[in-house]
Amino acid sequence: MTATISTGSPRGSGPSASTRPSAGSSRGSRPSAGSAGSPGKIRRSSREGYKVNWGLTVLMLLASLTIIVPLYFTVAMALKSADQIGTGTGLGWPNPMHWENLAEAFVATNFPAHFLSTALVTVFSVLGSLATSSLAAYAIARNWNRKFFRGSFVYLLSAMFIPFPVIILPLIKQTALLGLDNPAGVVFLHVLGGISFNTLLYIAFVRAIPAELEESARMDGATTWQVFRKIILPLLAPMNATVGIFAFLGSWNDFLLPQMMIADPALQTLPVVQMLFQGEFNTDYSLAFASYLMAMAPTLVVYILSQRWVLSGVMRGAVK
Amino acid sequence: MSTTLPVAQRDAATTSPEPGKTSKATRKGAGRIDPTYYWMIVPVLALFAFFITLPALVGVFFSLTNYAGYGDWKFVGLSNYVNIFKDPAVLQSYVFTFGFAVAATVAVNVVALSIALGLNARIKWRTGIRTVFFIPMVLSGLIVSFVFSYLFSNTLPALAERFGVTPLASSMLADEKWAWLAIVVVTVWQAAPGATIIYLAGLQSVPSEVYEAAGMDGAGTWRQFRSLTLPLIMGYLVINIILGFKGFLGTYEIIVGLTGGGPGMATQSVAMKIFSGFTGGDYAYQMANAVIYFVITLVISVIQLRLIQRRGVSL
Repeated sequence: MTATISTGSPRGSGPSASTRPSAGSSRGSRPSAGSAGSPGKIRRSSREGYKVNWGLTVLMLLASLTIIVPLYFTVAMALKSADQIGTGTGLGWPNPMHWENLAEAFVATNFPAHFLSTALVTVFSVLGSLATSSLAAYAIARNWNRKFFRGSFVYLLSAMFIPFPVIILPLIKQTALLGLDNPAGVVFLHVLGGISFNTLLYIAFVRAIPAELEESARMDGATTWQVFRKIILPLLAPMNATVGIFAFLGSWNDFLLPQMMIADPALQTLPVVQMLFQGEFNTDYSLAFASYLMAMAPTLVVYILSQRWVLSGVMRGAVK
Repeated sequence: MSTTLPVAQRDAATTSPEPGKTSKATRKGAGRIDPTYYWMIVPVLALFAFFITLPALVGVFFSLTNYAGYGDWKFVGLSNYVNIFKDPAVLQSYVFTFGFAVAATVAVNVVALSIALGLNARIKWRTGIRTVFFIPMVLSGLIVSFVFSYLFSNTLPALAERFGVTPLASSMLADEKWAWLAIVVVTVWQAAPGATIIYLAGLQSVPSEVYEAAGMDGAGTWRQFRSLTLPLIMGYLVINIILGFKGFLGTYEIIVGLTGGGPGMATQSVAMKIFSGFTGGDYAYQMANAVIYFVITLVISVIQLRLIQRRGVSL
């Protein structure tokens, strides 16, 4: 599979792709014809023409099956009865479909409670990440010439060099001692775990905001808080989206911290709950897949509905 | 880019953002500082110190003891560290983890770069295809691994049997020699979109005129990729390799979802080994392991940062 995609890479390498004889030979002739003819002409045709590279399109569609098939498979399995699963490949579409699997899994895993727990952890992690890292970034960026703030920045960044496994054992003991062996503790750590990266993203953005904008507000007697809230925060909106998306995905899908920290199984988050189906003698696959599907569905649906916004937000993080 | 900046400020260097606003900062910085700025950052620093730095120090401390995770303990000096180097199970986990991280880094980057090139080319239905390719980014790695676990242990063997491919007829996950490959495959599935995004950002920063000029000079597609695209996005490649490698060293949930470290201990990662300190009664011993792991990752990070600086890549 890797090979299929990678053969596509040289072809996709640039706007004048598909010179390769293997695919799209009809259009492969275009660049060579162009190089013989007048150069001005190529430019126009490649700019406006946007001639579709069909060979590559087909290749990309085939490659996207690697994503679609596992998802299709999850849905198909979730709708099968135990008999239908049997010993086959599991790839066939169930007939009849067993929608009651979903209802059963809903009850068996106590879905609403865990959904609520996951949602609360995620919401507070996102809000906490936005608040702490934007404030920290603002304070650091505006006082970059002071040792204390520069030092703080380096200190926060140091977390990027500490892998989580290194602190996890003492951390769990510590949070348990403090009574934070619950979703609230997970929120703390999601916020602090992401703070280096988020602050880094914000600082570049804050630096791009001209100080003159603030100075006039300060002349009118605005305090630093007011300046931050009224002027800086609205300007940070695009970065808020980026940080928010990262924080959301990281928190919603996290397995390690909730698994290790949350002592009460009733408060556990959705990914961890799926461990329920991993017992040695548990072979109730229809129930398991119905539950997987329900745990995957929320982010999947939200993503597909808002993919343009999500991807542009994530791209902003990458460009930085 | 950094010409206006005093040398001392470059110490945060590689990771610090573009130092563009120095002139303004110095203008303002001469006077007194508004205490509000401290209120904005000190609470965060305090929490950070308490939840991240303190556990790290406590961990180092206990790595010098024989603490079992409960009850009494006493200092044992460096004997935990000495024992780690004699422990075949731990050494095996390091060999597996590093081998896996290298394989996953290579595979993820090859796949991600290919996808990015494909998405950046003139294909039909670009938005739709792009949406599909980024789906794994929003899904839980653990649940994805559970799904793949069934595919590897039931679907694949069933298909192999049907088509008479006997080597694949038994579950890959139960095979000591090949279980790692399944983990790499799922890791690629899960991690490729993140890397693809970085490559897309890189590819979009390459002006299309560059290709037009090259096309006029008669450079073929492969030639263009190797001599133009690759050098121009080298910085993004380096970043992806660094981020990826560090992440894959800590792989945990995909292994939990696929093999649980098995068969035997064939796919037990260092992270899993360390986490076993919770239940195995060898808390202090695994803390020593964690400290060694930290030192190793730190050394790798420093080497990587040096490489970045030498290349002059701006993060």
